[in-house]
Amino acid sequence: MNLDDHLPILPVLLPALTAVLLLFIGDAPARLAWARGVALASVLLGAVFAFRLVEQAGGGSLSVYRLGGWPAPYGIVLVVDRLSALMLALSSAVALPALWQACAEWDTRGRHFHVLFQFQLMGLNGAFVTGDLFNLFVFFEVLLIASYVLMVHGLGRERLRAGLHYVALNLLASAIFLIGIALVYASTGTLNLADLALRVPRVPASDSALLQAGALLLLVVFGFKAALAPLGMWLPATYVAASAPVAALFAIMTKVGVYALLRVHGVVFGADAEASSLLVQPLLLPLALATCVVGATGALAAATLPRLVAWLTMASVGSILVAMGLFSAAAWSAGLYYLLHSTLVVAALFLLVDVVAAQRGSAGDALVSGPRVAQPALLGGLLVLAAASAAGLPPLPGFIGKLMLLQAVSPHGWAVSVWTVTLGVGLLTLLVLARAGSIVFWAARSDGPVGGTAASWRALAPTSLLLGTGVALSVFAAPVQRYTAAAAAQLQDRAAYARAVLPELGGEAADSARPLREHPKASLPAPAHERAQPSRP
Amino acid sequence: MPPMEFLFASGIGFITASGVYLLLRARSFPVVLGLTLLGYAVNLFIFITGRLWLDAAPIVGSSPTMADPLPQALVLTAIVIGFATTGFVIELALRGRQEMGSDHVDGPLDRGQEARGEDAGAS
Repeated sequence: MNLDDHLPILPVLLPALTAVLLLFIGDAPARLAWARGVALASVLLGAVFAFRLVEQAGGGSLSVYRLGGWPAPYGIVLVVDRLSALMLALSSAVALPALWQACAEWDTRGRHFHVLFQFQLMGLNGAFVTGDLFNLFVFFEVLLIASYVLMVHGLGRERLRAGLHYVALNLLASAIFLIGIALVYASTGTLNLADLALRVPRVPASDSALLQAGALLLLVVFGFKAALAPLGMWLPATYVAASAPVAALFAIMTKVGVYALLRVHGVVFGADAEASSLLVQPLLLPLALATCVVGATGALAAATLPRLVAWLTMASVGSILVAMGLFSAAAWSAGLYYLLHSTLVVAALFLLVDVVAAQRGSAGDALVSGPRVAQPALLGGLLVLAAASAAGLPPLPGFIGKLMLLQAVSPHGWAVSVWTVTLGVGLLTLLVLARAGSIVFWAARSDGPVGGTAASWRALAPTSLLLGTGVALSVFAAPVQRYTAAAAAQLQDRAAYARAVLPELGGEAADSARPLREHPKASLPAPAHERAQPSRP
Repeated sequence: MPPMEFLFASGIGFITASGVYLLLRARSFPVVLGLTLLGYAVNLFIFITGRLWLDAAPIVGSSPTMADPLPQALVLTAIVIGFATTGFVIELALRGRQEMGSDHVDGPLDRGQEARGEDAGAS
């Protein structure tokens, strides 16, 4: 038995088993050190698996893992291509620093933090590797249920209030998700993504209304998760109320929405889907541009540091979705590069403002003139690095991502709007962060005592790790860019995906039969009343 | 007698409408009930994506016609997940009621600032 054969399922199994182990260890103070050690070791091991998968997928091979050995589309498959591997690596890269920071103090403020963190990772990783739509829903639920509890971790009024909103909205989104899935299944008879990509083009225009309604409902759900305007207004309140390490981990949750959007609307309902081609294109681009503007405007109006970062998260998701909404390989490549960078920067900012707030005494995280911080040069330097990257100043990765996006957009009809919004939002981001930095570091009361004790290297290491990974993205921009370009090209190659996932059925020529097939009418199921007729008395 | 499809579809529509109405209420208990009703409507909806059949088991060869077994499997999963999330949201609503001293979804109404979604400084 070769470990590499089972690699695609390990990112899901590892957190699940670790979570069970952590439940046995419990969170009694005496055993906390053990729990922390196990959790950190597991996330590290997960990172090793993720990078091994990136290496494997980088060669262009698709790893298909059939659970129980059942052939797709009847059995459940996990598929790891370049995009999945990249997202797995990103979730490890964010989870490790977030967990590290949580181990300092946050995990003692409530019960079972480490268990839930592992379940959240399991849901995230599962959503990135699953090869069918229904399991995407199941893994969404796993990550959401963990996130509900992580969100209210530490309790308190504000967290509970925001938590209740978050849970209610997400349950509604889950209901819509299921309706969308049901409509897609009813019109095509399959939920396997490879099979769907082959079947959606075969649905004739006259029958495609239900299918398209289902796809648009899925857009609502994925747009909601990704915080696409106007569905994303839950994001700032939720992220602000969550504790800092949780907010940092949540930075990747919006990207699950982006990922699902790319898989379903980018590929299955993308170009060459005949009657349903580019279904969401007219909606996605304008809404994504609006998301950028709303996010940047919200950041301008924010009164606290975490709220500012939360709005910037929304603006950055907007930029990623603009790239996805252009529906070209070059734009997707730019979007993926920008996604990597913005997730890291946003997570770093959430962790950093937590450290800054702890040193400002009574002022805390409010954007008002307050006591001096103990380490102005160090914290200020980190903030400048993060701000410059978020705003897209060279030579940091934010600049490279935006440059790729602006280059990719040039032949497009929306080029002028995209240029204006992207550059305008970059300027606003810089303005907002510069204002925040000057209030915190320069407008501080210089005569009074410092607001808190200096942070040890230990407290700043997670933030530095995230920012360092961001800088590494810039240093190794060429290989990363090659990888994202190859990932985008691989996404658009539906035939190769079908060949890998459905070899028994003849790859891209697959014509999987569902049980109802032998009925008189039907490459596609006939309307119910016609088929129910004969059996009625 | 109206056809079965009409009864089924209008039934789902009615449950959904009731669920949405309750979901838009301002107290946490009706909201939870609304989510539950919506979950029921969705479960029925998934169930009929395999179409309505009479005298057809979802087993190959047991009867001349055969119902689609997949939606039945999907709906079981959806029911289990819905059950768990309902349990959680009830617990959360109770906790919120206890902590905030009100079952209003935005917290106590006299705290107008909080209800408008501004920072209450608690973060």
